[in-house]
Amino acid sequence: MKRSNKLFGITAIFDSPNEIIHAAKAISNSGFKNFDINTPYPLHGMDKAMKLKPSKLGYITLAFGLSGAAFTLLFIYWAMSIDYPQVIGGKPFFAFPAFIPVTFEVTVLLATLSTVIGLLTFLFGFPNNKQSLHDTDYMKKVSADKFGAVIYADDTLFNELKVKEFLSSLNANSIESIFEFEKESYPIFQSKFLMLLLAVAVITSGGTYFALNKLLLMTPFNWMAYQDKLTAQEKSEFFQDNFGARPKVEGTVARGFLPYPFAGQVTPIETLSNPLLPTKEVLQLGGKKYNAFCSPCHGNYADGDSRLNGQFPNPPTLHSKRAREFSDGMLYHIITNGQNVMPSYASQVTHEERWAIVNYIRALQRAKNAADSDVKKIQMGLLNASK
Amino acid sequence: MNIDYSQELRVVEGALKQSQIEELVAKPLETRPDKKFFIALTISGSLLLFGAACVALTFYYGIGLWGNNQPVGWGFGIVNFVFWVGIGHAGTLISAILFLLRQRWRTGIARFAEAMTIFAVMCAGIFPIIHTGRPWLAGYLMPYPNQHGLWVNFTSPLIWDVFAVSTYFTVSFVFWFVGLIPDFATLRDRTTSKIKKTIYSIFSLGWRHSHRNWQHYEKAYILLAGFATPLVLSVHTIVSFDFAVAIIPGWHATIFPPYFVAGAIFSGFAMVVTVLIFVRKIFNLEHIITINHLEKMNKVILATGMMVGYAYSMEFFIAWYSGNQFESFVFINRAFGPYAWAYWIMVSCNVIFPQFFWFKKIRRSIPIMLAIVIFVNIGMWFERFVIVVSSLHRDFLPSSWGYFTPTLFDIGILVGSFGLFFTLVILFTKTLPVVSISEVKAVAEGAQPSHNGGHH
Repeated sequence: MKRSNKLFGITAIFDSPNEIIHAAKAISNSGFKNFDINTPYPLHGMDKAMKLKPSKLGYITLAFGLSGAAFTLLFIYWAMSIDYPQVIGGKPFFAFPAFIPVTFEVTVLLATLSTVIGLLTFLFGFPNNKQSLHDTDYMKKVSADKFGAVIYADDTLFNELKVKEFLSSLNANSIESIFEFEKESYPIFQSKFLMLLLAVAVITSGGTYFALNKLLLMTPFNWMAYQDKLTAQEKSEFFQDNFGARPKVEGTVARGFLPYPFAGQVTPIETLSNPLLPTKEVLQLGGKKYNAFCSPCHGNYADGDSRLNGQFPNPPTLHSKRAREFSDGMLYHIITNGQNVMPSYASQVTHEERWAIVNYIRALQRAKNAADSDVKKIQMGLLNASK
Repeated sequence: MNIDYSQELRVVEGALKQSQIEELVAKPLETRPDKKFFIALTISGSLLLFGAACVALTFYYGIGLWGNNQPVGWGFGIVNFVFWVGIGHAGTLISAILFLLRQRWRTGIARFAEAMTIFAVMCAGIFPIIHTGRPWLAGYLMPYPNQHGLWVNFTSPLIWDVFAVSTYFTVSFVFWFVGLIPDFATLRDRTTSKIKKTIYSIFSLGWRHSHRNWQHYEKAYILLAGFATPLVLSVHTIVSFDFAVAIIPGWHATIFPPYFVAGAIFSGFAMVVTVLIFVRKIFNLEHIITINHLEKMNKVILATGMMVGYAYSMEFFIAWYSGNQFESFVFINRAFGPYAWAYWIMVSCNVIFPQFFWFKKIRRSIPIMLAIVIFVNIGMWFERFVIVVSSLHRDFLPSSWGYFTPTLFDIGILVGSFGLFFTLVILFTKTLPVVSISEVKAVAEGAQPSHNGGHH
């Protein structure tokens, strides 16, 4: 880089550590503020000789370390106790001891990174290869084994001749004037730079597209998605009928299956007897299942006034004389076997639930066709309850 | 500070001048690599390629290629991981803990040990990721807001590992780079090649050896050392939690954290000595990495070796003293069961051989020292093998007992990790200063002002 005529500073080289300490003291005692000492390694006692204030770097570290600890702990607390609480290993949602390791690691990470980034950028103003001391003999010497002092031209007490005299009075050898680098400008809209931006954009987006949409669908990355097993409804080359799903082997009985002796008969001569007593639990279960499976056609109170009226052949009311005179076993038979257009509900409603529905239908029937004695009983019950 | 160093041995021998120190350290960077360098690189590169091929086949066919299966679900993958993380610990100990303890002799070996830390942690990081079987999903280990609405399990030792190892790598790398900045500046001002100068300028960030910078820089170094010290202890503690938090007999032990940390320093120092013996010879650094350095490291190996030996015996004592029959079975089985051979390799390499370091002559004899530290490396690998495999191979039910045998791929990946480590070490010796130039200059004779600026 070219240098301008503007003076940047005056440098002096010293040979021994004792001399440079002496020089640093003399420079700072003469009232110069904007000067620097350049040595290939840190020298003991130089901070005091240059009258430097203690480094404030520790405050950056402290601030970021503490905020790292607080943020991490709060974040883990939120993630594990509020956003998605799970019991893991019997620990409480806020398992403080188990949160410590990650909190500690993130604290150290943030504290170190903030220390280094703060040091290099905030305190040093790096990267800065354009400072005018670079590329000088002075810099080459202090980089190797000499000790240098520089007084910058923008110091309030700076006077070229006086400073040179002052430095030579300190027994410095090779006193030099350093001139500033000429400013260089970097226009953003250079075709090379724009091409580079374009190339980076194309490579990044292309690479990402390839990785996410192509690479992950290639072997072996797709092995989780396409496995050698047969899934439901899949075609199989192995079986002669090409069906992946296999029919049941003849005589297979499912777990908990109870064979129904009257299956397929329209009017069975005999029926099963009701094994359940109409207890509160049974009626509650029956009501629940009735509302889910029966009420869409037969209506909530078994009046045959379904909410599907008109869309299907209207189902009969269950309060007819015929329906009331069916035995419990016959109602069970109809649910299990189906009747006319009503299909079998054997696959949706379990054995026990069917009997519970029968009991619930009985309760509905009795409520619609209550005898006077029933009404009296209820009135007595209400009276007793109000006492 | 007024410390009397007069009783101390000279850190730099042979009355080297500042310029000679710089000359010595910078020489490998300024000369063309010779034939030996390429032979060494070819050997380590071949090992690396062999390991890479084994990893590629593992990715393609899955980890069924490895020897681990029920009941030994953790095989070489975890053994190698713990081994390499352990190797790394010596570097941080030398660069951070010895720095805080004002051990000036650390300057000659700190840079190299730190570099070995970084390379060892890189080797270590590979293993848990390939052990998962689907390494391309490793991103799930990081807690980020995702489409599943899930977070990682922050209470699991395995996720602690992710944070510990990644923090350890980052902090070690940053520490190393900060130490390199002044050296990059020195090399920048030294070199005559334009390309080198550009590269060094970029990495030196514009360092000018200014004392206004040195002041903050030294502060930063103390702060970093202060953080790296608890960090290095936490990393192997957390690695030991992978075992200690589980309830498997042989793993579930409160002694694990200190035992693992001592073992890590032990194995790390052994590795550092192994490599430095060659480096100081090949690059003529005998005056900077002196025999005194090696002797001091051998003393650390002796001390930590006995700590490890104490942990071995205490494990047996607790197995008996706890009165837990499963615990005592595991330990009797460890010493006399099917894996007794591994156990006794471990005990002889880690506890018995380092005892020779009681003798000063052996501590200062390069060939014997080399033999012992190689034994220690072997022994420490077997320690992890014993912990992982021998605790798992006898499950609670005798019907679930098994015997783990590594396959070619297990061994290939282990060999490959050594290939990666030594390839990086070899490349490092020719690309970066293996000794911190500015730190060694600062401790050479006559480097500091004799009257300390006259303030005491």
